[in-house]
Amino acid sequence: MSLKRNILDLRKRKEKVLQGGGEKAIQKQVAMGKLTARERVTSILDEDSFHEYDLFVEHEARDFGMEKKQLHGDGVIIGTGTIYGEPVCIFAQDFTVAGGSLGLMHARKITKIMDHALKMRVPLIGINDSGGARIQEGVNSLAGYGEIFFRNTLASGVIPQLSVILGPCAGGAVYSPALTDFVFVVENISKMFITGPEVIKTVLGEEISMEELGGARVHSEITGNAHFYAQSEYECFEQIKKLLTFIPWHNGKKAKAFPPKPPKPEYKIEEIVPADPTQPYDIRNVIKAISDDSDFFEIMENFAKNIVIGFGRMNGETVGFVANQPMVLAGVLDCDSSDKAARFIRYCDSFNIPIVTLEDMPGYLPGVDQEHMGVIRHGAKILYAYSEATVPKITVIIRKAYGGGYIAMNSRHMKADFMFAWPTAEIAVMGPEGAANIIFRKEIMNAEDPEAMRKEKVAEYKEKFANPYVAAAKGYIDTVIEPEETRNMLLHSIEVSNNKVDRRPEKKHGIPPF
Amino acid sequence: MENLKEFNVDGTVYKTELTKKFESRKNWERPNPKHLHSFIPGTIVEIFVKEGQEVKAGESLMILEAMKMKNQIEMPFDGVIKKIHVEEGVKVPNKMLMVEIE
Repeated sequence: MSLKRNILDLRKRKEKVLQGGGEKAIQKQVAMGKLTARERVTSILDEDSFHEYDLFVEHEARDFGMEKKQLHGDGVIIGTGTIYGEPVCIFAQDFTVAGGSLGLMHARKITKIMDHALKMRVPLIGINDSGGARIQEGVNSLAGYGEIFFRNTLASGVIPQLSVILGPCAGGAVYSPALTDFVFVVENISKMFITGPEVIKTVLGEEISMEELGGARVHSEITGNAHFYAQSEYECFEQIKKLLTFIPWHNGKKAKAFPPKPPKPEYKIEEIVPADPTQPYDIRNVIKAISDDSDFFEIMENFAKNIVIGFGRMNGETVGFVANQPMVLAGVLDCDSSDKAARFIRYCDSFNIPIVTLEDMPGYLPGVDQEHMGVIRHGAKILYAYSEATVPKITVIIRKAYGGGYIAMNSRHMKADFMFAWPTAEIAVMGPEGAANIIFRKEIMNAEDPEAMRKEKVAEYKEKFANPYVAAAKGYIDTVIEPEETRNMLLHSIEVSNNKVDRRPEKKHGIPPF
Repeated sequence: MENLKEFNVDGTVYKTELTKKFESRKNWERPNPKHLHSFIPGTIVEIFVKEGQEVKAGESLMILEAMKMKNQIEMPFDGVIKKIHVEEGVKVPNKMLMVEIE
């Protein structure tokens, strides 16, 4: 007897599962402007590289008429494939099957591929498109979420975890993305919230749309939950693929090196930065002036814009940039920018990516709202993250480095490996105006012309302290460099830090000011 | 760079853009102990006092039900109820002025 019959039977079974929730449900998905789960997976992965597992999994629910329902793949697709030839694990919730709701077997499929990703030390990409817990399955569904969150935490800092929100992701479900490294959202498609608009309306009478409550824009601009914002699913997939070119496959590796390229000539570093420290400029242009091919891949570009974070390459190797942005809020540190930078610093440290810090900031943002929001504990996160990091850490002070901000922004005292300053650097306890007002308060008050005296004293302070040489005299900075030398100094310092060994006291883990 | 504003940090004025979040921050106001605000969004299920009534510290003014919990709103000190801004059955947002005391 030939095998043909069995093979045909298998093909038939597969075909059935591949229909997902069926023609109607797929039409609905398309009408919402969304791709199907399978289209998403195959668009992200290299062509024909996707291999699916657990496609014959069926749920075991027996209550509320569930025993009569067949849910193909239990509403989620899992598998492996490659991106630029490198292996990844992936899962995608299928909204066409019972709204992508999460039941026990659905969760088990996800945890299976998570365990696999962790064991094989490959990145995990999770596509979220789900109405939430499958209520008919009761506590089994909650158990499923819990098992996912636990694995997210185990894998954190070992393999990259990317969460792609391509539909609703509501209630407890939001905590899986929140525990992962990078969250991608798409305009009009992503919706994330703990409590939806309907409950809010019932309890509060407040009317708000899903988009206004937890849409892509909200999470990339206001909450800081999302790292990448895109206008379309395809743009989002390009962002995912680009991100993966900058990061290593696991924490025991370095990111893949690319052929070195010089920065583009249109970024002229000396012309970007005004000498007057009160005048703004876009720090991203400085990053572009020093990174390979002027290619800077910004992360969280719409949240806490007063600090800029992202990846670039120097001599072909990935570096993480952390830079104050004088163009927004004068580049001050505050609660949000501290959170943003601290998490990125920890990411770089976990994944062996050297950190280049570009400093130009007047200190912490003053104000009652900041104090009451906890700028002390939020600000402390930056200090913690920099102090804890043992990857190569290099700082370039461009202009202002005042007060607590000077210490926080990877100073020598946080154990920066190299500290460089431009001749325009001002390293001091505070800006000349504030300092003169305090130090020379009496002289100014008692002067015949206090305003003239104030100006004189400000000038005096500026002359004495608003420069890099006081700090250089103490060895707190290693050398004062010309702006044009910045890239070469960075290339050199990264090169000599290549075998850096920096051992810390043994501990279970620290207690960062979360 | 558009929309550059003046921005004072420790006496130095910088030219910079502001963020939406910064511009929409609320100015701090000293809390008035005679104003009772809701501490959680919910529903006023019962009110036990009337305007003009003298009430002793610790007595219950009303029940604010939220998240399936019936919270007693207590009089913080001896006084007279000047104005009640809520009614039984209404939904209140967080931090809404509910009662004024004299």
